[in-house]
Amino acid sequence: MAAKRPARRKAPTKDELVGYYRDMLLIRRFEEKAGQLYGMGLIGGFCHLYIGQEAVVVGLEAAAQKGDKRVTTYRDHGHMLACGMEPAGVMAELTGRAGGYSQGKGGSMHMFSREKDFYGGHGIVGANVPIGAGLAFSDQYNGTDNVTFTYFGDGAANQGQVYETFNMASLWKLPVIFVIENNLYAMGTSQRRSTSTDDIYTRGKPFGIPGELVDGMDVLKMREAGLKAAAHARAGKGPYILEALTYRYRGHSMSDPAKYRTREEVQKMRTEKDPIAFLRELLIEKGHADDEALKAIDKAVKAEVNAAADFARESPEPDPAELWTDVLIDA
Amino acid sequence: MATEILMPALSPTMEEGTLARWLKKEGDEIAAGDIIAEIETDKAVMEFEAVDEGVLGKILVPEGAEGVKVNTPIALLDGDSAAAAPAAPPSPARAQKAPVPAAPPARPAEPAPMQTEAAPEIPAGAELKSMPMREALRDAMAEEMRRDGRVFVMGEEVAQYQGAYKVTQGLLDEFGDRRVIDTPITEHGFAGIGVGAAFGGLRPIVEFMTWNFAMQAIDQIINSAAKTLYMSGGQMGCPIVFRGPNGAASRVAAQHSQDYAAWYAHVPGLKVVQPYAADDAKGLLKAAIRDPNPVVFLENEMIYGKSFDVPTDPDWVLPIGKARVRRTGADVTIVSFGIGMVTATEAADALAAEGISAELVDLRTLRPMDTATVVQSVQKTNRCVTVEQGWPVCSIGNHISAVLMAEAFDWLDAPVLNVTGKDVPTPYAANLERLALGTVDDVIAAVRAVCYR
Repeated sequence: MAAKRPARRKAPTKDELVGYYRDMLLIRRFEEKAGQLYGMGLIGGFCHLYIGQEAVVVGLEAAAQKGDKRVTTYRDHGHMLACGMEPAGVMAELTGRAGGYSQGKGGSMHMFSREKDFYGGHGIVGANVPIGAGLAFSDQYNGTDNVTFTYFGDGAANQGQVYETFNMASLWKLPVIFVIENNLYAMGTSQRRSTSTDDIYTRGKPFGIPGELVDGMDVLKMREAGLKAAAHARAGKGPYILEALTYRYRGHSMSDPAKYRTREEVQKMRTEKDPIAFLRELLIEKGHADDEALKAIDKAVKAEVNAAADFARESPEPDPAELWTDVLIDA
Repeated sequence: MATEILMPALSPTMEEGTLARWLKKEGDEIAAGDIIAEIETDKAVMEFEAVDEGVLGKILVPEGAEGVKVNTPIALLDGDSAAAAPAAPPSPARAQKAPVPAAPPARPAEPAPMQTEAAPEIPAGAELKSMPMREALRDAMAEEMRRDGRVFVMGEEVAQYQGAYKVTQGLLDEFGDRRVIDTPITEHGFAGIGVGAAFGGLRPIVEFMTWNFAMQAIDQIINSAAKTLYMSGGQMGCPIVFRGPNGAASRVAAQHSQDYAAWYAHVPGLKVVQPYAADDAKGLLKAAIRDPNPVVFLENEMIYGKSFDVPTDPDWVLPIGKARVRRTGADVTIVSFGIGMVTATEAADALAAEGISAELVDLRTLRPMDTATVVQSVQKTNRCVTVEQGWPVCSIGNHISAVLMAEAFDWLDAPVLNVTGKDVPTPYAANLERLALGTVDDVIAAVRAVCYR
């Protein structure tokens, strides 16, 4: 019997396309502002910026439906903004203030929103992968058609628990989409120096998990792949792997001088592959927006980010009594 | 010439068993490898194979006989004269030729009986049923699974095999494979899946075949389960129970014989329970399953087969975080938990004979620890000895010593002494293992020392 052709998916509307532009721009401007606040000493610790990778998460969010869950590692600001969490709450967490999503107790790497089905923000590379499968398990157990987008990097793809999870997710047909954001560098170690094979998306094959390579700098391709993977998982066919080929413009964290790659390499990606510039050109070319309309969006996004930064600066530090709260829930 | 066929040891902890069925009768020809009998251990019914060929002579132990000690002759095998080779003479050494494990160590697997009073929390007139620890644990899970559809069990061999130590026996039949889930051997992965399921609103019980294997998963237990509530500003509770046998079993050596009580008791965001008695275990496991926090539930394989009177009321739950004074005494307080209570109790019995009256405090929960009960007891006895199987450095006993120094300094008439496992990996040899785990003599010596006797 011939396989059924997948239902034709609707192309994104003009408003949706403009929305993707706005969402990617919000992440970009937010991260630039976070970098600035870090430089001013207002953000401490580790701070991993998502600049360059915006199309991955915005494209996949376009494939999500209500009740879908998402979980990621610590380069997580973009994921939070893309699923609708408030920039002010995220920024105030970065500054360690009471107004932050974790009331200042989690920081950049550990933020959550039950309301938006965002399950972190985990600081241990690879540990969020079985957690994502467990979230998917809860949806399967409860009989919903929701899926969990489980994001991790090319570095995490070498952790053993990822493969333990592939095995069980496939065995139990869990509705989970493994999204490998391959930005080519696991901190300072290039994929060539850390990873025995090039095509990480094929690593599900021994477990019976289909996978594909997607241009992670193209929001439309990410959306398309996300819809396909989600349809697979929603239909009870089990997990799906998407390897998004992407690039981060900044260092691994704020303190990374990024000596392991050339300026030319970074510059080339910025000028030739930038996901926001690509969509901007497309919007103009298709007549969805003119220069003026896009400038208005830029202005609104900038204002939103500035307001978030102001909130993050003005929000008080947590009350000292907060030190002792949230260790356990009263039974 | 007749050879004795001896009752085999069919598990590391087996001391005796039931001769469930003879599959051969007197006069039958037997070839090596034939199954001649079924032996019931406390965990399973096992087939018993002949090692030598010959004719089954006299059956010495009839089928149905219970409590047959390991190494008891159960039948005679008449050697086949045609086989020419003379059969080995019956001797204790004979057992060593068998493919089954040789005689187990002299250390008693079943703890000595102890005068137990009912847990103070059990209401007067409550219906009690005598049952082994493993059944009390199973009943706790089954009752909570009936009560709450979000509760499920996952782990290695928990379903079709009925539990590596038979603690989950019968759960698959009642609840089906949606809620009783066999996992691959992949502790790190399934612990993480359990944590994710708890974040997703379910109430997982994750069984580790033993806590030794949970070291593969300790990152998920601590970094993911214990810390996320705090890191999320109170949003992301993780209602999960990690449970399984902890500490040494019998003769399984260093990698399978470690006590993790102090490890987990160290971690804020966890609750840690290690009951000794089955009534406590049932009430506390039910509480753990209902608790909105991650609970590390430490059991002891050596106690799984020991029976206690256990309340049958499915609504009976014990509070986590309360110690139990198991015996009152005047001269010294002995504080212990889990299987350490066996050693502590035997020591207390021996000390009573020499006129030292020991008060026995069973901590039951290690985090949050009921140090108030310990302090109160020491204010009465003025002396304290702690007993545990774990290693001495940064032990539970060390913590209690520190608390007593801070809160009961003026009441102490002697330094607090900690009886612990010795500071070595657990050895295999029977005599060394016995020494390594902390002995009754160690406890007696410590008590005499703090009593200046």
